[in-house]
Amino acid sequence: MASEWKPRVRQYQLETSRIECPLEDCPPEEHPLKAIVVETIQAKKADKKSKKDKDEPAIVDPLSTKEEIVDPLSQASIDPLSQAISDPLSAVLTDSVKIGSTFGAPVSKEEDRDITFEPWSSKRTGILEKYTTSEKIPITTSFLSNEERQKLETRATAVMEADKVKHRLEQLDDLEDGGQQETLNLSQKEYIRKIDTMNRSLTDAWQRDQRVMSLKITIQCSKLLADNGVIHFYPSKFVLITDILDNFGNLVFERIREKSAYTPPNSSKSIELPKNFSPEQVPESAKETCRNWFFKIASIRELVPRFYVEAALLNCYRFLTDQEFTQALIRLTKMTRGIGDPLVAAYARAYLCRVGQTVATSGREYVVINFTDYLNTFSQLNSDFVQNILAVQSLDMSKYLRLFVPAVEWILQCVAHKGTEKLLEEVIGLIKEKTSSGLVYNALISSFDPRFISKRALEFADLIKDSEETVVSKYELYVSLGNCVVIVDPPEKQRMPLLNNVWKPVMKLEDPSQYISCAQVWIEYVAKHFTRKEVNTLLGDIIKHMMPGKAFEDHYSEILSIVNKILPYFTDFSQLFSMDKFLPYIDLCQKESVKVEASKNIVRSFTVKQTTDTNDPLIINGMMYLCKILHDSLDAMSLNDDRRQISELITSFLGKISFGRDFEQQLSFYVEARAAFSNLDAVLIYLVHNVNLLAMQTRLLVKGNHNRKTASFVRACIAYSFITVPSIDAILYRLNLYLISGRVAVANGALSQGDAFFKAAVTALKEVPQYMDMDHRRQSTEDFAQSFFCNLFSTLLVIPDNPDREPLLLIRSALNSLEDYNWIENSDTKYKVYSSAICLLAAVCQDKYLYSIDKVDSNDALYSGEKKFTNEVVSLVSKLLAVIWNHIKGLTSPDDAKRQAKLALGLFARLSVHSDVTDPAVSKMLVNIWNIAQRENSGLSGDLLARIKSLVSGRKECAGLAGMLAVPTDTF
Amino acid sequence: MASLEIKFKRASKIYKEGDTVKGSVSITSKDSITHNGLSLMMEGAVNLQLSAKSVGMFEAFYNSLKPIQIIQYSVELAKPGKIPSGTTDIPFELPLKPKSGKKLHETYHGVFVNITYTLRCDMKRSLLAKDLQKTSEFIVEYGDSATKAMDKPVDFCITPESLANVKERNNVPDFKVTGKIDTVNCCITKPFTGELCVERCSAPIRSIEIQLVRVETCGCAEGYARDPTEIQNIQIADGDVCRGVMIPLFMIFPRLFTCPTISTSTFKVEFEANIVIVFQDDHLVTENFPITLHRL
Repeated sequence: MASEWKPRVRQYQLETSRIECPLEDCPPEEHPLKAIVVETIQAKKADKKSKKDKDEPAIVDPLSTKEEIVDPLSQASIDPLSQAISDPLSAVLTDSVKIGSTFGAPVSKEEDRDITFEPWSSKRTGILEKYTTSEKIPITTSFLSNEERQKLETRATAVMEADKVKHRLEQLDDLEDGGQQETLNLSQKEYIRKIDTMNRSLTDAWQRDQRVMSLKITIQCSKLLADNGVIHFYPSKFVLITDILDNFGNLVFERIREKSAYTPPNSSKSIELPKNFSPEQVPESAKETCRNWFFKIASIRELVPRFYVEAALLNCYRFLTDQEFTQALIRLTKMTRGIGDPLVAAYARAYLCRVGQTVATSGREYVVINFTDYLNTFSQLNSDFVQNILAVQSLDMSKYLRLFVPAVEWILQCVAHKGTEKLLEEVIGLIKEKTSSGLVYNALISSFDPRFISKRALEFADLIKDSEETVVSKYELYVSLGNCVVIVDPPEKQRMPLLNNVWKPVMKLEDPSQYISCAQVWIEYVAKHFTRKEVNTLLGDIIKHMMPGKAFEDHYSEILSIVNKILPYFTDFSQLFSMDKFLPYIDLCQKESVKVEASKNIVRSFTVKQTTDTNDPLIINGMMYLCKILHDSLDAMSLNDDRRQISELITSFLGKISFGRDFEQQLSFYVEARAAFSNLDAVLIYLVHNVNLLAMQTRLLVKGNHNRKTASFVRACIAYSFITVPSIDAILYRLNLYLISGRVAVANGALSQGDAFFKAAVTALKEVPQYMDMDHRRQSTEDFAQSFFCNLFSTLLVIPDNPDREPLLLIRSALNSLEDYNWIENSDTKYKVYSSAICLLAAVCQDKYLYSIDKVDSNDALYSGEKKFTNEVVSLVSKLLAVIWNHIKGLTSPDDAKRQAKLALGLFARLSVHSDVTDPAVSKMLVNIWNIAQRENSGLSGDLLARIKSLVSGRKECAGLAGMLAVPTDTF
Repeated sequence: MASLEIKFKRASKIYKEGDTVKGSVSITSKDSITHNGLSLMMEGAVNLQLSAKSVGMFEAFYNSLKPIQIIQYSVELAKPGKIPSGTTDIPFELPLKPKSGKKLHETYHGVFVNITYTLRCDMKRSLLAKDLQKTSEFIVEYGDSATKAMDKPVDFCITPESLANVKERNNVPDFKVTGKIDTVNCCITKPFTGELCVERCSAPIRSIEIQLVRVETCGCAEGYARDPTEIQNIQIADGDVCRGVMIPLFMIFPRLFTCPTISTSTFKVEFEANIVIVFQDDHLVTENFPITLHRL
């Protein structure tokens, strides 16, 4: 059937006028093809952009969240306290009202407490981690074995009421006298486990209604706190044991609460006490139980257990009276004065403050008394008693004092909680009088409201200068102070003197780790309040301190954090890069990963902060340097995610650089960028698109009439693309880029270059594998190939033949590569593409093409309907038709019937439009094809066929053909 | 098996003279029980005992040591009959009044003197079945007296010079402990309070304690036995305390083991407080303060 085909002669003008065609709406000077070309590039660019847009939030997010983190902090430090300050009266008022009306239930107090107050739970873990020991810890218990316990039980039930009490007291005495004691030496782990068991057996005993037993366990535990053996484990021991005490306190409280389910006057049902009950609601029997507990405790012989157990039960005073708390707290506070060991006493005070915090909102004088008492014990530190302890435990003074830290911090935190400025002044006065220990200062600075501290920053700087360094060295104090002034700005007047006062001693710090931890905090202060000059000086100073002995190697995290801290304060990156110490500072990070991290942060910050395009050479140099670091960090082993992230960062940096109308400069920048980032496909793709855009902008600028200079510039752009594209790994992107760049070349009149692109594309097509991983899925490449071929065909239509070569060389080679393409075996796609090729060839035969490129003569002008050329085309089509027809015919198995019909119908649709249907041979062929489509088992609905038929018959010259088309009758 | 239980209306079981002791006897049984009468007896007695060391001395006037009954009377709760199965509550109301010529004392559990008040419920049963009995103690306290004892503060200063019966004065470390007891006329329901300050002390201190001592005297005109015993010992300072700091003295009088100071012709119950300073080398210094307890 090869010679049977004849192309339909199209009169596009006429056709468009007959049907409403959107092409007509276009302004005449805008050529369809040109529009397509420009649009594709822009679309690609837009695509890229939208991709960027999509990703930008991802880039922005971490930073913005970081800022958000800063926010609540500053809010937290200002809000609740500002309330307290601005309106102390009303606060007190509400407080007292609350107590008056609800008698401050613990729950509501929980809410009152604000986030500036570090809860015990978080402190607890810290202590447990910090204070550990490898020594054996002696533990003394007089745990009764099970049978003894039973004996005790039976005895207890046998005796009379009065005896019972007596008996209980005797038991307590037993315990204190250490009737059945055993002393074990345990390792820390065993010790913790032992205490844990004690806690469990406490709950156990309680649940088995053996309250005396539980009390005994509790007393025993708290007795352990009086013992300062293995002293460096003491803080952890304190934590563990106070857990038991808390547990005990809760058990007793809950028990009494259960017991005091009361009966309201006008109801017969008893109800449980509400959460915020008042003592009047508590029935007498429950009060009696409660009192008994306190009587029992009051008879504990030893001071330390008596103190701890009563403190643990403090909450139970709620059952008795309203006012007891304040008195009890003060009484207990004074009681701690009897504890001779300063460490034990300090922790006892801390525990009291902790318990007090949960039970009483008002009446906080006890906290201050506690603190004053603590300060008084400083006089004991030089006593023989303490010296003996140190000698026995072979400890030095600073280590010993370090054990106090958690307790002191906690007490001061309680003092400072919602504390006023006046209170701070008082406390400073107190401290000055008693000691100059850095330990206390540090706790003071970190616990009081940063605003108060900041206001007195200079005063504190002086205090720190004179402080003793036995426990907390000065640098730690500077760090604490720095944290305060960063959160809250000190008064304008103090800023410069403060920096001078602080930095002078800090500069003299010889230990690099001490130095860097100060610098890490203070750099933010400097960045916030001073100019880049000071920041630069500081960076220089840091470099100077970090270089000797390669100290920087141990402090990468600090170095990194310093970079992150100054970044938020630089909106203008030229300022940043104009600091001569900045890049040398980055070079401190000699470890690859750290350097990359730092660079990432800077580039990310740049892409967020830099909102306008720039061509500042300082920025470009600096950023190129950093991006190069990022780029070079990637290798074959890098994760895809890193690759993607870095590509995004680099492309968004590239996107911010614009030289305006200085296109040559822009191009040379892109050349540089290509050289620098050659390993990143995404960056290269971006560069090619941008260079193409540059070429098209040039064209727009000269309105299509290139002069010599612009023409050579455009050729440079094209050359750029031509040598860049092959180095892209991703084959599909490469193909698209070839096509697009080819169009750009042709649009700019660079025909031979265009040819080269298309040829390269056609050659590259062979490399496309059958299957590829796309969007994290293994997919066939056929869909891509089909659309790429169609895209290619529509472009090839207007590409003029090279007069030195045979006609239709490009189309032929495209068809060859189509033949050679790795199609999936037995797939129809190849034939669908063939039929698209027929459409192209039909268009090629026309005297005047549907579209053309401005200032480029297409084949229609070259051949102007020459017979020989047409014949060439016709024979090509016939060959294609034969191939398709054979394929259709070959689909004989019943399973393929539907496939065959569809393929045939598709072919029919194309041919009926593009062929000369008046020719009898052609119409006969069409009828043949139609008959395959309309066969009974085709699965195509008669309705569809009928509609197609009516469409065909709509065309005048097709009337004859339509008459020959049979439609299955069943649908009529 | 049936069981008896005496329930008091007051949870605290504390009554004072003239009060009516109210409550109920509850009998729990699976089956109904036949009984020959259910009675309730109120008893109050002072029991005197002699310490081992003074036994020989007192054999002569043995008489004076038999328990002194203060109250003793019984009422019938139920006539002989049958009590249905389940729980049966029989309420009672008994007036708390001493026998004529006797005076009610507060409940007190000492070593040689015991003052107890009990209710005893007896269920008589036929010969074949066991009698049931249940005893329950209740507490008697004085009513609030109209006259308030005057506060009587005592200041003290303990130095080596102030000590009596020291054998080798050279061994005594140099120390000065001053302090104040808020009152030695104490109310039994209020804590014993005061403060103490170690102004100087050359030897390390191990502990400072308050010791509460009862002094029980049994006897009559012919002779008597006086026995001081410790009730409780409360540590107020542990370890070598900070010098010059006011350490609070604080002790709650234990219930049952203390009562208002009693002085009768046959027995006496008195109290003393000792402040005991124990040095690291186990030497101790004691300062004694007689105190009078009242119920105010």
